[in-house]
Parts: sequence; C-alpha cells; structure tokens
Amino acid sequence: MKSLSKIRLILIIASVIIGILYATPNFFYTSKQVQSFNFLPGKKINLGLDLQGGSYLLLKADMNVVFAEKLDSVLSDIRSLLRKSKIGYKKLSIQNDIISFQKRGASSNEKIRSIIFSLDKNLIVENKLDSFFIRFSEQNKNNITKSTMAQAIEIVRRRIDETGTNEPSIQQQGDDRIIVQLPGLDDPSRIKKLLGKTAKLTFQLAHPSIFPEDLDEDSKAPPGFIKLQEDKNPDRFYMINKRVMVSGEMLKDASPTFDRNNSPSVSFQLSALGGKKFGRVTGKNIGRAFAIVLDGKVVSAPVIQTQIFSTGQITGSFTVQETNDLALVLRSGALPAPMVILEERSVGPGLGKDSISAGKIASIFGLIAVMVFMLLTYGMFGIFANIALVCNIIFIIALLSMIQATLTLPGIAGIVLTMGMAVDANVLIFERIKEEFNSGRNILDAIEAGFQRAISTIIDANLTTLFAALALFSFGSGPIKGFSVTLMIGIVTSMFTAIVITKYIVFLYSKKKDFNSVYLQD
Amino acid sequence: MKLLRLVPNNTNFDFLRIKVIAFLFSFIILSASFMSLIVNNLNYGIDFNGGILLELRSKKPNSSNINQLREKISTLNAGEVSIQNFGKETDFLVRIQKQEGDQKEQIAMIEKVKSLIEKDYTVRRSEFVGPVVGDELKTAGIYAVSLALISIMIYIWFRFEWQFSIAAILALIHDVLTTVGLFSILKLEFNLATIAAILTTAGYSINDTVVIFDRVRENLRRYKSKTHYFIYNKSINETLSRTVITSVTTLLALFIIFFFGGAVLSDFALAMIWGVIIGTFSSIFVAVSLLTYFNINKGEKVDDRTNVPEYEREN
Repeated sequence: MKSLSKIRLILIIASVIIGILYATPNFFYTSKQVQSFNFLPGKKINLGLDLQGGSYLLLKADMNVVFAEKLDSVLSDIRSLLRKSKIGYKKLSIQNDIISFQKRGASSNEKIRSIIFSLDKNLIVENKLDSFFIRFSEQNKNNITKSTMAQAIEIVRRRIDETGTNEPSIQQQGDDRIIVQLPGLDDPSRIKKLLGKTAKLTFQLAHPSIFPEDLDEDSKAPPGFIKLQEDKNPDRFYMINKRVMVSGEMLKDASPTFDRNNSPSVSFQLSALGGKKFGRVTGKNIGRAFAIVLDGKVVSAPVIQTQIFSTGQITGSFTVQETNDLALVLRSGALPAPMVILEERSVGPGLGKDSISAGKIASIFGLIAVMVFMLLTYGMFGIFANIALVCNIIFIIALLSMIQATLTLPGIAGIVLTMGMAVDANVLIFERIKEEFNSGRNILDAIEAGFQRAISTIIDANLTTLFAALALFSFGSGPIKGFSVTLMIGIVTSMFTAIVITKYIVFLYSKKKDFNSVYLQD
Repeated sequence: MKLLRLVPNNTNFDFLRIKVIAFLFSFIILSASFMSLIVNNLNYGIDFNGGILLELRSKKPNSSNINQLREKISTLNAGEVSIQNFGKETDFLVRIQKQEGDQKEQIAMIEKVKSLIEKDYTVRRSEFVGPVVGDELKTAGIYAVSLALISIMIYIWFRFEWQFSIAAILALIHDVLTTVGLFSILKLEFNLATIAAILTTAGYSINDTVVIFDRVRENLRRYKSKTHYFIYNKSINETLSRTVITSVTTLLALFIIFFFGGAVLSDFALAMIWGVIIGTFSSIFVAVSLLTYFNINKGEKVDDRTNVPEYEREN
C-alpha cells in the first residue's frame, strides 16, 4: 500500500519531533528555566497582555494642530517671499485652513503663482481676480502626517525607554495612530502623563512695558505679541514677544535639580548653537523679563540679570516628581503633535495569573473529556484519534512558538475549542470507514474508500470554517486576533493530523493479522 | 469493550416531515430575537459604546459589599454606573458611561475612581474605550461578519450549486441573528469577544452544513431514480452519527470553558454553546429543508460509472 511508504513514516516522525522540540520550552514556567534548555530551537509563545498583565494604549496624533502650525509657517514664508519679490499684498491671513491675500499693484497672477509654487509644488493655489487662496493638498497632508508620525514614534519610544519599562512595543497603526504596549505595567498613569505633554519649550522675551498686572482675560495683544496664560495660575497672563529666542530643539540635556531656595527645578544645557544665540539675546536685554514657555503656557518669567550662555535653570512651583518628568520630556524632545488617548486597557498581574491557571485547567479538562469520549465511542480507533489529537496540540503549540504568535485568553479558549472540533476530521473518516465496511467491502477497501471520500468533505468543511477565521483575523485587534490565529492554526493542523497521521496509523493497524473489525461493525 | 452509541445505526428518521414544525420554531426564535432587539436593544459593552470598565477585588474578603462600593462611586457623579459581582463574591465589575467633555476627562475619571477605592480594592483590570474607537469597532464587527458570510457563500457556490449556497447562507444568517438575539434577550454584554463567538459559531455551523451537503451531492448522483425528498432524508441520516458526535465533543470543550475558564470567558462560551446547538439544528432543519424548495439537477448520467462502484449502484 502506497500510504505505508518509508518516506511517509519518516516525514511523520520528523514533523512530530520538530513539533515537540518547538513546543517543549512552553512547558517550563520561567524564562530562566528555558535558558537551561537552550539547545532547543524555539522560544516560548508570547503571552498577551491579558495573560501576563500590562497596559495597552492607543494614541492618536492630533494632526489638525500640526496642519495649522505648518500652514502658519507657509504663511510667513509667503509673506517673506512676496516682500523679497517686491510684490504688494494685503489682507494676508488664514481662515478655515486656507491662506488668502489680495495682490496690490500690477504683478501678473502667473508670477505670484510661480512664487508660491516655488515653496512647495503640491500646494493648491486658486485665484479669483486679485484674490489668492492657498491650501494644502492631500499629498501635502500625507507627507506631513508621515514625517510627523515617524518623529512622534521616535519621541514616544524615547520617553517610555527613559522610564525603564520592560520591553515596550510601540507601533504605528493606520495613518495617525500609535499602539503602545507595556508588558508588566498595570498602572500606566505616569506614562500617560508623560505622553500627554508635547513638551514644546521656548524662551521668548516678555513685553518691555506691559506687565502681568496690567492684563486680564479680555486684554488684546499688540502686533507681534501674544497673550499667554501662566502654567500654574490660569488667571495670570503675560504679554510675550512672538519671536522665539531659543527653542527646545537646541537643548542638549536637562536634569532635575534644586534651586538656591532649595525648591525643585530643572537645569538645562543648550547646544553650542543655542548657547550662542541665547547669549547674544540675553546680553542685549539685561533687565528685561523673558518667559519660559512650555506647551503654550508660561512656566516662569525671570528677569535677565546677566548674560546667559549655555546653561540655566527653569524654576516654577514644581514638585520633585514634576521636575523629574519635565526633565525627562525635555531630554527626549518635543512631540511633533499632541497625543490623544483613544483607548486604554490595563490588566493587573493577579488577573493575568488567574486567567493562565483557568486556561490551563480548561485545557487539561477539555483534553481529558474529549479523549475519554472518543475512546468510549470508537474503541481502538478512538485511541488513534487521540494520538492524532495529542499530535495536533503539539503542532498548535509548536507553530504558535515558531511564528512567535501572541497567546491570549480567548486564544486559549480557541485551543480548547479546537480540541473539540479537531476530532471532527477523525469522526468523519471513521464514520465513513464504518459505512463502507458495512456496505459489504472488505476491511482494507473500506479503509481506503473511507479516507478517500472523507477527505474531500474534510477539506470543504474546514476551508469554509477557515473563511470565518480569516474574517475574524481581519477584524480583530489584540485578544481577538490571537483567538483567530489559534483557530486558523488549529484548523490546518487538525486537517494534517487526520489526513496524514491517523491515516498512517489506521493503515498500519489494518495490516496486522489479528485485526479486529469489531469496532467497525454495526 | 462495549462502545458508546449516541445514535443508533442505520437510522431512518423522516426529518423533512417535521420541517414545518422546525420552520415554525425558527420563526418563533427569530421573531423573539427581533422583538427583543427592538425592545431591549443590545447591552453593548464599552468596546462598542465607549466608556470605562474596572474589575476590582476586595482586599478584605469578608466585608466586601456591593452597596458600599456603589455608594462610594456614586459620590463621583460619573453618570450612569453599573456595578455587578463578577465570578467571585469579592470581585466586582464597574462600568461607567462615557463622560461629558473631551478625552482628557474620560482618562481623568479612571484615576479618580482608582484613587477613591485604592484603600479597599485592588484594580485587576481597567479599560477605557473612546467613542471614536467604539464606533470603529462596531463598523469593523459588522464588516467582519458580512465578509465571512459572503466569502463562505462564494466558496459554496463554487464547490456546489448556487441553490446550496443560498440555503447555507440563510441557515448561517439564522444562526447569527438568533445568537445576537440571545444576547439581547438575556441582556448579556455584547462586546468584542461576542463577535468572535458569533464568527466561530458561524464557522462551526457552516462546517456542519457542508458535511451534510457533501453527502447530499454524492447521493444525488448515486440515487438518480429516487426523489429529492428521499435523498435529503437519507443524507441527513447517514451523517447523523457524525453530526451528533462532533457536536458532543465540541460542547464538552465549551462547557469546560464555561465552568473552568474563568468569568472573562463564560459569556463567550455561553454564546458558542448556543451557537453549536442552533448551528446543528439549522444545518439539518434550515439548510437541508430549504433545499427541498429548489429543484436541484441530479447531474449527468455519465458521472454514474465513475462515482459509484458497481455493487453499490441501485439502478
């Protein structure tokens, strides 16, 4: 019989051995114990956050803020280009994400358009008579989003790394989202706080003659100035020069410290370029106040006593924790866009452990129940089906380890469910063999025909189930994806074990002289 | 050894004779599902509605009291709050509706609750889903279920005849709708795991249907002189033993998840237990019964010789 070829036997044994090798590390609890088995090829299956405990955050970059900022800088570029080309203009402003202005004088519209396009050829420029309207194209927005996200992920990673969290995973999802996974961290409130600040730091001069005492909510800013709130005291306002002296990008280092009055503060060090610039401006403005502005709010506004070069201190009414966090976010750089938390899921270690043990118990009981039932129903053939079932479970675990899939609690349920469903292929085969045998065939023919007929049914039935699992995979996030992966793997391995392993064992058994057909009779 | 026999051999039940009763039953559970969906709607979990969920465990096992917890949390004025026991007496599930205002206030509410109950309870799990994500997940869920149904329909269409594909898909929709209905009637929380359960159920049910259809197709070729009615009944009877045995092993596994898999998985297992039962029912009484309304071609005569061995041919 063809099915009993040596090659087939070798393939079966080889696949089972490989399966066992890959599956074994999972049965040792700690990774330390796994290390002493490092002659084995595989790694353990990753446990999902719902099993090992940890936090999942879904962040969204608020791109509208970034678009507005970028449009603002396009506006100032246009202004300086028009000036340079000596083209008159009026009413240059931004409304509803559109820059508009009217030309004055006789410059040709074509010339103005080409000047604007020299900035960025992807901009959309429309003009009616003397009015020009400029906005971002989708291409512009995509480019901005792409570069913003690349930078944002880098900054998020730096900030999280600085907290010393173990093996964080930070990935982009979709266009403007970031998934942060923090295994082992069940209270992400500090991380959330750190990611909640964009940490845009700037040093700007204060207005020489308008002081906080003169300002209230309704005060208007003179041209070139902007009214900003104080960080800790929302009722206090400052009139700040729009021009930035030094910005956060010029920081080389920042660390928490204490000032002369022994209150917590942050000391910083500027880069060579930043120090030079800062020195020049502070040298010229001794006696005036400058504001330390963080995320659009004034942290403090000290008076410049002497020329300052590369080092300084930021004081405010901080707590020690706040100076730690501020230093950290300054060191890691500003986020290019504000981050909004869309979704948060945290699982404590206790629940994770309970889930693992519930999963273990369910798996073991499930396995025993199905095996006992199969033995009672099919006798010797039941034993064959059980051998196939055990191989099947080994294969599932091995494959999950090989592809380094993430095992979640629903995933464990998927394995237990597969145990129930996996025997189906064997049931189909045995029932068919029985039928063939009882319709008058001899035993070998019955087995041959039984397999042949059952296999087409098995493939049809399992492929349709696979479609449902694939739909689940495409939809799923986190735990659900884990469930669909185990389900898919289970479908494939159960087909393999039934069609290859069970078949081989049954053929081997049927060749024995003392073959007992009692299990097949009606 | 005496083997277990769940189904006697060579059964010859006239399943199709009771198809009217079966349709009536389907009609009743479908109407009940619709009625409940209209009256009760679904008890959407935070996955779909947005909001906050906390799983708490009392630090003092003996004095844990749900009313105390309720009173405490009501001081936060967080809007609609639901608190229930979860699995154990010391464990509670707290659900808080989405808060007014922007995302920051939602996140702040978690911290408020945490610091309020910190002394007496450990937080075993905390989840927050923003309304944007909730709506997206809803769309994605509907999309996934439709995608599964359509791809299954197309596959069956290719492998069988179009009549089979219509019967199978109606049976599947029947299963999906009544499972959703069950969640509405029992007011169980409808969440991501429920979608997973529904799709798995759909996978199981279609598996069952395909096995019977496969036999129908084979018998259509084999017994050309017999009526469709006879062939359908015979096909169900021939596969009955397999149908029952597979249902039993799957249900065994599911009941074990239900009882031992922990509180998180119990609703999930319940949905699938229902799904396996209704899926088995629908394969026989919906899918095959529907086939009787089509006049399916029994294939060309030429197929006869190749498909059926001589001694098995009846005519």
